[in-house]
Amino acid sequence: MYRYDEFDTRLVQERVEQFRRQTGRRLNGEMDEDQFLPLRLMNGVYLQLHAYMLRINVPYGAMCSRQIRQLAHIARTYDKGYGHFTTRQNIQFNWIQLKDVPDAQGDLAEVEMHCIQSSGNCIRNTTSDQYAGVAKDEIEDPRVYCEIIRQWSTLHPEFSYLPRKFKIAVTGSPNDRAAIALHDIGLRMHRNKNGEPGFEVLVGGGQGRTPFVAKTIRDWLPPEHLLSYLEAILRVYNMDGRRDNKWKARIKILVHQTGLEEFRRLVDTEWEQIRDSVLKLPQAEIDRINAYFAPPDYEKLDDAGEAVAAWRADNADFDAWVRVNVADHKTPGYAIVNISLKSPNQPPGDMTAAQMDAFANLADEYSFGELRVNHRQNLVLADVEQLRLWELWEKLRALDLATPNIGHVSDMIVCPGLDYCSLANARSIPIAQEINERFSDMDRAHDIGELTINISGCMNACGHHHVGHIGILGVDKRGKEFYQFTLGGSSDQAASLGDRTGPGFPADKAVDAVETILNTYIEIRKDGERFLDTYRRMGMAPFKEALYGTF
Amino acid sequence: MIIANSLPNGFVVFLTAENGWAHDIDKGVIAESDAEADAMLRTAKQAEHDCAVVDPNLITVEIVDGQPCPTEYREYIRATGPSVPTPS
Ligand code: SF4
Repeated sequence: MYRYDEFDTRLVQERVEQFRRQTGRRLNGEMDEDQFLPLRLMNGVYLQLHAYMLRINVPYGAMCSRQIRQLAHIARTYDKGYGHFTTRQNIQFNWIQLKDVPDAQGDLAEVEMHCIQSSGNCIRNTTSDQYAGVAKDEIEDPRVYCEIIRQWSTLHPEFSYLPRKFKIAVTGSPNDRAAIALHDIGLRMHRNKNGEPGFEVLVGGGQGRTPFVAKTIRDWLPPEHLLSYLEAILRVYNMDGRRDNKWKARIKILVHQTGLEEFRRLVDTEWEQIRDSVLKLPQAEIDRINAYFAPPDYEKLDDAGEAVAAWRADNADFDAWVRVNVADHKTPGYAIVNISLKSPNQPPGDMTAAQMDAFANLADEYSFGELRVNHRQNLVLADVEQLRLWELWEKLRALDLATPNIGHVSDMIVCPGLDYCSLANARSIPIAQEINERFSDMDRAHDIGELTINISGCMNACGHHHVGHIGILGVDKRGKEFYQFTLGGSSDQAASLGDRTGPGFPADKAVDAVETILNTYIEIRKDGERFLDTYRRMGMAPFKEALYGTF
Repeated sequence: MIIANSLPNGFVVFLTAENGWAHDIDKGVIAESDAEADAMLRTAKQAEHDCAVVDPNLITVEIVDGQPCPTEYREYIRATGPSVPTPS
């Protein structure tokens, strides 16, 4: 894992003290809310429906056990004993008091964490593949480039007041687990015809009220030019992006309105001037950062297929968990374990302080002290010995962290919605909980198969509803909560936006609609077809008919 | 009624008859006329200026079982807290 150097440490500590002074001036009346708002946002502090919310960066979703223990401490000391993991691989605390924020940020700084640029119109936390460094299909470890981007973009003076927020995602694998095509910039590592690794650069993706799948602006970019090319894109956006209309200010609108060809020309013109500047990455610097992500001290092991198979044959619950939650590791004898934060007993993505502490111990005991957060609001232990899967599973079960639902109906992305968010039109969590209850029979869930249901409480689409196989959007219809449905969205390497089914459903009929959609799929699917495959083959008609009757 | 968030802790508060702020909605004062509502809003804006509260707003309530209850579901959730149990 990356460790702070002296510059990181000083920068974060100075920022904590600066925000302590700013908060003091706000509390004693020297600053009004209009003056304070941009300052608190730059430090991750929002005012939500019931209280302040503090958003903490988890750079590219990677954490060590010491850090999640400190998050547990923050949850207990300053909040209500739990935190919420978000689609941006960050964590939010929903009940933090403004007067306590500087102390909480000081505690975060002790473990090399902070809230800088977790909000505001700047470059946000760069997100990545939760299987980085251990995926079988990986070309290079994307965390190296995420860290390089983090260092370049932190307090970048030119990009601190962009037209709107800016999100970058990086994957080192052809199979996209980081939803890169739904980001302002997506970077996909692949090899050119000479076998050299480089990045396909995508630009202009995003969700919100005007969703776009990103377009390829450059097929292959050598890693040494990564920063100069990103800087060129950001410069064009900073100059030409709209600042007069918040809803048209994201780069996706600029790319759409300018046209990809012209946008590429503008970027290339800018790039020509800076590509061989100080931004050119020396190989020595890439190697220096790479060293932070050296593999842990793996034992020389053989795959433990037989032992695991015997346990699976013995216990159907363990079998289901291994089948659904455990993924292949590139190192023999090891496995990747996905930990679902979608138990029926807690809001999606939430984790109590007690669970965080216990999970930190499991990370120490089973995964070299490291853990990851993914954009689907789940956790990962990336380096677990296969021969220890059974004992880990038993311990996870005791913590209510072994729900075998990864990639299935109850593994939903769910934004906080109107239960917490001041921008919401409708609640998300109760709909998710009702779906979880309705499909609690795991045999039925496994029969339905691979499925993503994504729920947002408003058009801002923090719950990624546009790219759920089934997307659910909460709207306010004459003072009542209604839910609109989209089908056929996807955020993987074949990303697509969902198509709207038709009129929305009232809250008490929304989960019936989910059931109707899934029953229709089961009726018409072919052998081995996932929901998304069936939808892509059959289109909207059978689902529409089932939902609304003959039309 | 006037609803707002307390500045130092962010928690939801209601304007009381004594021009103070209470976390319990049933301790809040209900305006009986537009003129009273305007006066309460002026008091609340002054409290915002004085750094006691943030974002004060007038909301409509009805009396249910003797308790004031916001008529809009957004304000109802804001006044009563998340509609789902918080993890423990
Ligand atoms: S999608 Fe809307 S309701 Fe949900 S968290 Fe984002 S802004 Fe809030």
